[in-house]
Amino acid sequence: MAEVLLSTHGLKAGYGDFQALFGMDVALNRGEVLALIGANGAGKSTLLKAMTGLVRCQPDMVRFKGEPIGGQRPDRIARHGIAMVPEGRRLFRSLTVEENLVIGGERARKGAWTLERIYALFPILNERRKNPGTALSGGQQQMVAIGRALMANPEVILFDEISLGLAPVVIKDIYAALPAIVESGISAILVEQDVSRALAVSNRFACVQEGKVSLAGTPSQFSRAEITAAYFGT
Amino acid sequence: MDWINAIVQGVLLGGLYALFAAGLSLIFGVMRLVNIAHGDLIVLAAYVALVVVEATGLHPLLSAILVVPVMAAIGYGMQRFLLNPTIGKDLLSPLLVTFGISVILQNGLLIGFTADSRRLSAGALETASFEPVTGLTLGVLPLAMFIMSVLVIFLLDHVFFHTRLGRAFRATSDDGEIAQLMMIDRRHIFAMAMALSLGVVAIAGIFLAIRTNFDPSSGPTRLIFGFEAVIIGGLGNLWGTLAGGIVLGVAQAIGAQISPGWQILAGHIVFFLVLAVSPRGLFPKMD
Repeated sequence: MAEVLLSTHGLKAGYGDFQALFGMDVALNRGEVLALIGANGAGKSTLLKAMTGLVRCQPDMVRFKGEPIGGQRPDRIARHGIAMVPEGRRLFRSLTVEENLVIGGERARKGAWTLERIYALFPILNERRKNPGTALSGGQQQMVAIGRALMANPEVILFDEISLGLAPVVIKDIYAALPAIVESGISAILVEQDVSRALAVSNRFACVQEGKVSLAGTPSQFSRAEITAAYFGT
Repeated sequence: MDWINAIVQGVLLGGLYALFAAGLSLIFGVMRLVNIAHGDLIVLAAYVALVVVEATGLHPLLSAILVVPVMAAIGYGMQRFLLNPTIGKDLLSPLLVTFGISVILQNGLLIGFTADSRRLSAGALETASFEPVTGLTLGVLPLAMFIMSVLVIFLLDHVFFHTRLGRAFRATSDDGEIAQLMMIDRRHIFAMAMALSLGVVAIAGIFLAIRTNFDPSSGPTRLIFGFEAVIIGGLGNLWGTLAGGIVLGVAQAIGAQISPGWQILAGHIVFFLVLAVSPRGLFPKMD
């Protein structure tokens, strides 16, 4: 039985009076890629935000290696070894590409991922390292956002809408980097609109619908029709 | 030659205004906080310097060795315990808290030091001057203030753009939420920004105390000069703030040259003109 790294237990969370998650149970095992699929507004991003502390919840509702971390400050949760590639990249616009990468790692423990290794994974970033982060194309910005998360040498990376708004050829490049990340010992949760692509690269998936998990398992366990039904709630 | 003299004095005075403004600019840049108490904190620094000088017999300029760390510590504590709890909810709450700090400082100083105006004596330095060109007289003290303000802006700029702390300042300013995911503790970063700001305030306060008389109610005027320098220069641009201070200083000097009563008014008029022609200031931050 694989070790459960990051899990939620009856997670309820939301924004002010608006509740987005109604008892969400998700578990990420060490060494695996978990795909989170679901329609817009199903609660996928809110789940990632609760896991990283950007949305408040009860301590017991999020656990990392069995320890309750729910509701901790985002900077404390990040120190446990949980990094995020946020939706829309959200690079620091007054920082250069290299500064965006450096800031991801300068407070973290050292590990296999260094500036050199990020540049080896995404050579274009080395050429653009003195540019402002936001002067790059969308795909290159996504590479910076991924590199920034890797620089923390985390145990888990949460990818939120990794391919949203990117050209198909760029998406292919981004996904090509995923095996190297997983092989370095990082486990990942992948939020993705493109269900086929998400299922192709993941070990397990969870389908989220109206703030709850409607279906979970391995991609081969269910037919495409069953997954579609869980996705749309039909 | 009178006019050239006036303009040169105005440039040097601008250095002091830039010192008033630099801390204000820094705080606005990092946490979008308008610190209404900034002027009163300058006056507080002047009183701290007064106490240090009276207690130790140090020269006022040397008192900075103690006044700067004391003010920085006050800044760290003030941000951590008074302002941080209000930051992030809306823009008004922290603004009101700084307004409250302003009122408390003014009245606290009134109780502790009475309403008498005070001054720090820098001895012979106050009147020392030299004549680089015939007819142009430069005061040693105003020149020292100007050099100091350039130095302070240079140092702040270096911290902002070439250090780990500066990266955290800029990242937090750009996107506070994501900065936290970089393991940056926002409460500490904000407190460090306020500590740095009040370190600069300490230097400004010492120069203020040497240059003019001050009393517990002197703060708001310094705040206005500081504000005007920041806005003339362009928000979020430290070198622009220096330029803004100089524009304000020169405007006041030219006004005074026309008629003594025009000194302050001329500064305000130039401020309004800049605001009308270029609302983002003369050197808005590139973004």
